[in-house]
Amino acid sequence: MTEAVLRPHAEQQYADELALLSEHDERPRPPGWRLSPWAVTTYLLGATLPDGSRISPKYVGPRRLVEVAVATLATDRALLLLGVPGTAKTWVSEHLAAAVSGDSTLLVQGTAGTSEESVRYGWNYARLLAEGPSEQALVPSPLMRAMRTGAVARIEELTRMPSDVQDTLITILSEKTLPVPELGTEVQARKGFTVIATANDRDRGVNELSSALRRRFNTVVLPLPATADEEVDIVARRVQQIGTTLELPDATAGLDEIRRVVTIFRELRSGRTGDGRTKLKSPSGTLSTAEAISVITNGRALATHFGDGVLRAADVAGGIVGAVVQDPVSDRVIWQEYLETVVRERTEWRDFYRACREVS
Amino acid sequence: MTVAVEPDERVRIFGIRHHGPGSARALRKALEDFKPEVILIEGPPEADPIVALAADPGMVPPVALLAYVSAEGEHGDRRAAFWPFAEFSPEWQAIRHALAAGVPVRFCDLPAAHQLAEPPDDHSGGVPGADPGPAGPETPGREDAEALEQVRLDPLGTLAEAAGYDDAERWWDDVVEHRGDGPAPFEAIAEAMTTLREHAPPMPEGHALREERREAYMRKTLRRALKDGFERVAVVCGAWHVPAIAAGLGSARDQGAVTATGDDRTLRGLPKTRVALTWVPWTHGRLAGRSGYGAGVRSPGWYHHLFSEPDRPIERWLTEAARVLRDEDLPVSSAHVIEAVRLADALAALRGRPLAGLDEVTEATLAVLCEGAELPAQLIQRRMVVGERLGAVPDSTPMVPLQHDLRAEQRRLRLRPSALEKEHDLDLRKPTDLDRSRLLHRLRLLEVPWGEPAESGRGKGTFRETWTLLWRPVFDVELIEASAWGTTVRGAASAKARSAAAGAEALTDLTSLAERCLLADLDDALPDVMRTLADRAAADTAVAHLMAALPALVRTLRYGDVRGTSTGPLRTVVDGLVVRVCVGLPPAASGIDDDAARTLLDRVDEVHDALALLDDAEHLARWRDTLAGLIDRPGLHGLIEGRLTRLLLDAGRLERVADRMARAVSVGESPARAAAWIEGFLAGGGLVLVHDDALLRLVDGWIAGLSPEWFTDVLPLLRRTFAEFEAPERRSIGERVRHLGSGDRAGRAPEDPGDDDWAGLDAARVGPAGQTIMEILGWSPSSP
Repeated sequence: MTEAVLRPHAEQQYADELALLSEHDERPRPPGWRLSPWAVTTYLLGATLPDGSRISPKYVGPRRLVEVAVATLATDRALLLLGVPGTAKTWVSEHLAAAVSGDSTLLVQGTAGTSEESVRYGWNYARLLAEGPSEQALVPSPLMRAMRTGAVARIEELTRMPSDVQDTLITILSEKTLPVPELGTEVQARKGFTVIATANDRDRGVNELSSALRRRFNTVVLPLPATADEEVDIVARRVQQIGTTLELPDATAGLDEIRRVVTIFRELRSGRTGDGRTKLKSPSGTLSTAEAISVITNGRALATHFGDGVLRAADVAGGIVGAVVQDPVSDRVIWQEYLETVVRERTEWRDFYRACREVS
Repeated sequence: MTVAVEPDERVRIFGIRHHGPGSARALRKALEDFKPEVILIEGPPEADPIVALAADPGMVPPVALLAYVSAEGEHGDRRAAFWPFAEFSPEWQAIRHALAAGVPVRFCDLPAAHQLAEPPDDHSGGVPGADPGPAGPETPGREDAEALEQVRLDPLGTLAEAAGYDDAERWWDDVVEHRGDGPAPFEAIAEAMTTLREHAPPMPEGHALREERREAYMRKTLRRALKDGFERVAVVCGAWHVPAIAAGLGSARDQGAVTATGDDRTLRGLPKTRVALTWVPWTHGRLAGRSGYGAGVRSPGWYHHLFSEPDRPIERWLTEAARVLRDEDLPVSSAHVIEAVRLADALAALRGRPLAGLDEVTEATLAVLCEGAELPAQLIQRRMVVGERLGAVPDSTPMVPLQHDLRAEQRRLRLRPSALEKEHDLDLRKPTDLDRSRLLHRLRLLEVPWGEPAESGRGKGTFRETWTLLWRPVFDVELIEASAWGTTVRGAASAKARSAAAGAEALTDLTSLAERCLLADLDDALPDVMRTLADRAAADTAVAHLMAALPALVRTLRYGDVRGTSTGPLRTVVDGLVVRVCVGLPPAASGIDDDAARTLLDRVDEVHDALALLDDAEHLARWRDTLAGLIDRPGLHGLIEGRLTRLLLDAGRLERVADRMARAVSVGESPARAAAWIEGFLAGGGLVLVHDDALLRLVDGWIAGLSPEWFTDVLPLLRRTFAEFEAPERRSIGERVRHLGSGDRAGRAPEDPGDDDWAGLDAARVGPAGQTIMEILGWSPSSP
C-alpha cells in the first residue's frame, strides 16, 4: 500500500531502520516508548549499528538540539520546536513521533480556523441526536487518542491557532487528563503521552502563546544550517529522497547546480556574498533550505520531462526567481541588483546569468 | 623512564588539576586524614614569607602571587609572573588547610628568581605565567608560551581520549570533579600519569629542560623537608609532576631514581635576578582566559559553585539562574526550575554522564528557563558561568608606596575597583567628582587606564565627564613599575609628565601633554611642561605645527576655567602662539599646491574655531586682520581665497562679496581655480546660497556659461563640494535654482542683507500660510 501513496509516513518509510534499532536497543525504554531515548537520538542523527547496518541521518544539525528534544520527551514534558519556516521543524517532529511511539499520524493542524473540537473531542451528531450523549457518539481528537494509547501527539503551527483554542492545551499538558463533562467522565493519559508542537516565531498573523502555556513546553530553536556545505548536504539528500518518492527518472542531480542554488539562497539571506566582501540587500522571502529543496526538485522535474535529463542552469533559474521575488516591486529590484553585480561577475556562472536574464 | 621506587611512608604526593574544584575537595579531605606536618605546594619559594597573609580575613580569592623583577633593569623591561588562586583551587585549599592547622607551607617550584632571569626572547623557556617581554597592558601575556603548551602535550587530553571523550575537561569532570565522596583519586591519578609519561612524545627541547629544572627543584625541596625531620610531608602539585617527584624518593641504588647529586647538577649555574613577590587581586575573567598554571578554566563561576555548594549543585545553580533572570524582569517560576532540573538530569542520563555537567545545565537553561531565547542565556553565561569577580588583598600585603597611596585615594573618593565594567558620570562642579576625575587622569598619565573617558564627553558641557571603569589585575604590575616615578599617584604622575615633556618631539605631543596635566591637576608639572612648550614653540618655524598645536591649548584653557586650575602660564603660551601664527600664515599660504592647500584649509578652520572658543577680542581682531590682509594677495590658492572670503563674510568683515565671487568665477580665471574657490567658499555649508540670491545667480550663471570641456573638468570638483551639504540643504538650493528666473529680488544688492528673517521668502507662497497662522492665533484676517 505504501507503494501507491505519494508520501509515506516516516514510520512506514523507515520501518526497516526502526526495526533494526529496536533489535539492537538494549537500553531501558521509558514506559510507552518503542525505543530507548538513546536509540531515538541515533534514529534522528544516523549512525552505523554494531552489525554494520546503517541508519540514515534524518536531521543534519547540532547533536545537542536533538538530545535536548529527546530528553524533553523522556521527562514527559511537551516539546516546542521553534524556528523560521523551512528549518525542518515538522520533519523533526514527525520523525520523533515515529521513533518514540511508532505513529506520526496523531496530528492536529493549527490554522486560524482550528476549533476546540479538533483539539479535544467532537460529536457524531446523528448518534448524539438518536442516542443522546454516549461514548459511541463521541468523536475523539488525535490528541485524545494519543492520551488513550500513550503516544506522541503532534500539533503543527501551534501559533496559528486562536488563543482560546491554544489554552485548552494547558489542562491537558499539566493535569494529563481531558475531562468530558457531557458524559461525566474523563480520559486520563497513559504513560508515554506527550505533545510535540511546532511554531513559527517570525511569521505575520500568529497568536503569541500565553505564558501559562509557554511554560509547559521545553523550547528547542532549530537554526538555519550553519555552513554552506551542511546546507548543500541537506538539499542533496532531500532532493534524492523526494525524487525517489515522485518516481522521477534518475536525473543527474548535479551537485554543482545544488551548490549554486544554496549559495544564492545563503548570500541573499545573510545579506552579503560568501567571501564577505560585498553587501547585499535581503529580499522579503525567507529563502529557507526547504525552498532550496523545492527549487532543485522542480528543476529536476523540468530537466527530466522537458530537457535532456541533466539538471542545468535554465531548469533552476525560473524556480529561483520565483522563490526570491515574492514582492513584485522591491524584491525584483533586489534580484536584478544581485544578478547584475554578483552573478554577472562570476565567470563560471555565465550560463546561469544568461538563463536568469531570459526568465526575468 | 621506569621508576621502581619503594614508597616512602613519610611522603604523600597529591597530583591535582589546577583550579579543579573536585581536586580541591578531595585534597582537603585527604589532608584532613593525612595530617601532614609540612605542605609543599607548586609555586615560587620566594612566596614562603608572605603565605601567612592568606589567612588574613581581608584576603578574598581570586588572588594571585605576583613575582616581578625588582632589580633596576633597563627602562621598559617589565617582567612578571603570576600564580593565580581561586577559592576552588586545590593549592589555595592546601594553603588554607596548612594555615588553619598551624603547619608550615613551603613552595617547591623553581624560584621565580631563576624563572624571570631567562632572557625575554627565549620563549621556549617561558614560565607558566611569566611575561616573556614587554607587552601591552592588556596582555602581560604569554600567548607564545601558551601555544607551546598546547603543542607540547596535554596529559589529560591523552587520558580522556583513551576513555573515549573528545574533551579533556569533560572527562576530568566526570571522573574526578563530579565525584561527591568516595576513595581519594590521587593514587589512581599518579599511576595513570606514570604510564602516560612513559608513552608521551618527547617535549620540545627548551621546554624539556625547563621542566627538568622545575622538577629537580621540587625534589630538592622535598629532600630538604625530609632532612628537616618532618614525619609527614604532603606535596601538592600538578598531576603531571607526580611520578617525577616520586622518582626522587628512592635511594640512589634504585633504577630510575634521581639522586640529589643529579638534581644539584641540573640546577647549577642557573641565571638569577632579583625578584620581589606579593599578592595581588585577581579576577575570574582572567582565570578563564589563561592561568599561570597553564590550565585555562573556561567556567570559573561554575567551578566556584561546584566547590562552594557540594549539596545539590544542579538544583542550586538553576535556582540561582532563575533568580538572575527574574532580576532582569523575565518571568521565571519555580515550575520552570523544576522542569529545568528534570531536563538536565534526563540529558545527563541520555549522554551517560554520572551527573549533569555545565553543558546539560546550560542546555536546560536555554530550553526551559529562557524558553529558547538566546539573549537571556548569554546573560547567564556572563553573570554565572564566568561569574566575574575581583579578589581582594589585605592592607598588610607588601605593596609599593604607590599602591598604598592609590588604595587610600580609592577609599577617600569611594571609588571601588571592580572587575565588571561600570559607567561613572562625574559632575566636575562637585569636589569629590572633580577629585575622582583628577585621579583617573593621573592614572592614565601613569599608563594605568583604569578609567576610559567617553569620547563624546567633549561636546556636551564642560563640567561633565563620563568614565568607564574596569580594573584589570595587570594594573598592579603597571603600578609597581610606575612606582619608580614617585610614591604618590600625584607625585608619580607629575614626575612622569615632566620627563615626557623633556622627551617630547612634536609640538602637538607637548600641547596634548599640557592638556592632560591640566585635566589631572598637576600644578607641579605644568610649569615645566609649559616652559618646554614655550621654548619649543619659539624654536619651531613651521607655522603648520603652531596652528596644529593651538586648538588643544585653547581647549585646555577653557577646561582650566571650569576646573578652577590656574592657567596663567598657558595663557602666555597661547598669546605667543596666536601672534606667531598670524605673522607666519601669509608667507605659508602663498605658492602652495592643491594638497598643501587642502591641509592648510583644515588648519585655518581649526584655528578659526579655536579662536572663536577662546573669545578674546584682541586675538580675534588680529586673526581677522591677518585673513583680510591675506585675501587680496595675488597667487593665493583658490581654495584658500574662497574659504577666507567666507570666513570674513560670516564675521561681517567683508564688503561686496558678490563682486569678489563674480571676479573669482569670471572668464579671466581658469575654471579649475574657480571651482576650488567655490569649494573653499562653500566648505562650511551651502546655506549661504539658499539665502543669498545674488550669489546663487553668480554660481548658476558661471556653471551655465562653462564650455563643455571645462564643464567636464569642473564637474567632479563641484560635485565634491555639493556632496558635503546636508540633503535638505541641497534640495532647497535646487528649488531656488529652479525659481531663479521668477524671483522679483533680482536686483537686490547682496551686501544689503535687508530684513534677514524675510530674505528668500516667496510672498505668493507665504501669504496663505501666514493667513492660516493668523487665524489660528485668533486674529481676523482683516485686522493688521
